[in-house]
Amino acid sequence: MKIAVLSGKGGTGKTTVSTNLAKVMNWDYVDCDVEEPNGFIFLKPNVLKTKKVNVPIPKIDDEKCINCKKCVEICQFNALAGTNTGIILFEKLCHSCGACELVCPVDAITEEERSIGKIDIGQSEDIKCMRGVLDVGEPMAVPIIKELKSLIDEKPTIIDCSPGSSCSVVSAIEGVDYAVLVTEPTAFGLHDLKIAVSLVKEMKIPFGVIINRAEEENDLITRYCKEEGIYLLGKIAFDRKAAVLYSQGKLLIEDEVFRKGFEEIGRKIEGVKRCN
Amino acid sequence: MKICISSTGKEKNSIMDERFGRCQYFVIFDTETKEFKALENAGVTSAHGAGIAAGQQIVDEKVEVVITGHMGPNAMKVLQGGNIKVYKGQGKAIEEEIRLFQEGKLEEINQAGPAHFGMGNRARGSW
Ligand code: SF4
Ligand code: SF4
Repeated sequence: MKIAVLSGKGGTGKTTVSTNLAKVMNWDYVDCDVEEPNGFIFLKPNVLKTKKVNVPIPKIDDEKCINCKKCVEICQFNALAGTNTGIILFEKLCHSCGACELVCPVDAITEEERSIGKIDIGQSEDIKCMRGVLDVGEPMAVPIIKELKSLIDEKPTIIDCSPGSSCSVVSAIEGVDYAVLVTEPTAFGLHDLKIAVSLVKEMKIPFGVIINRAEEENDLITRYCKEEGIYLLGKIAFDRKAAVLYSQGKLLIEDEVFRKGFEEIGRKIEGVKRCN
Repeated sequence: MKICISSTGKEKNSIMDERFGRCQYFVIFDTETKEFKALENAGVTSAHGAGIAAGQQIVDEKVEVVITGHMGPNAMKVLQGGNIKVYKGQGKAIEEEIRLFQEGKLEEINQAGPAHFGMGNRARGSW
């Protein structure tokens, strides 16, 4: 059982929900928000193992190259440029498709490895925690996310995705059993929630919604969920205590009221799991 | 010698475009034949590496001088590979820019500006 936690935009409390749920439900936690992985701040695991993530990129042998520019033409990502002084590789744009290597008539292209980030694996009490960390300035998160997901075992796992609906999110939620969409009761929150809803619907992933910083009973997100027949998993109250705990790098479940709230959401998710 | 100016339009009196990788057109002036020619920037339509695609197009046109406002590091690298010199234009009409260049009034740019100049910055929250 894998559950992805996502949100249409950043700053809605996606990591708060993921980490607190992982802890109350005793599920493993995987941070796929590789550009800004914050979950470890709250779960504080002991990192036991770190591995580098590499991607293959072409290596051009200038001695062999006849400057035919076939590789430049075939590259769909503009990662190669051909000038009279030789072929220039823009490694950050390379998607490792291998087309240039195939098309080179004189076998001047071979593969080499390039590091784009790392994966940390650790333990926070009973929970296994993993996170991907993309090196600063690296544009491509997907290879790290794919590798992270390949490391997930059979244990129930919560996957913390990056905000938005980019290819990073798509690759993080691919193959999960259920999605938890986190939003806040504002017009922007609703707008971004709709984007997230259409994404999970398109990918045919069953889902429920959590409203963070909820102040009223019948806010605009609650009404939207009712109208659309979307399952509301729960609300996290707007409370100064939450901000204080967050700023101290603590989990909200250290507070009794919040703990009960998360436990309730956890039970609902377990219920969904049984239905599946 | 061929001079290329990043341009907002296709004519010799069009206004220079400050952006290189994301300009609409390149106007190329041949100092020998005194002819002007406009090309659509291949970079505009590419999702990845606009500056590289644009730079490649200019290299393929055998241009020797580029006049533009800002150039990102990738485009700069391609043009340097093609031994093309880049000059900072003043945002005036194409003909005027060529005149300024020929009178030696434009400054050469050797260092690339920030990447993605002229694209909206993506705001992102942290939790
Ligand atoms: S591997 Fe693919 S993306 Fe990378 S340079 Fe070669 S053709 Fe381009
Ligand atoms: S395809 Fe091979 S020979 Fe042709 S330019 Fe590329 S590296 Fe050189």
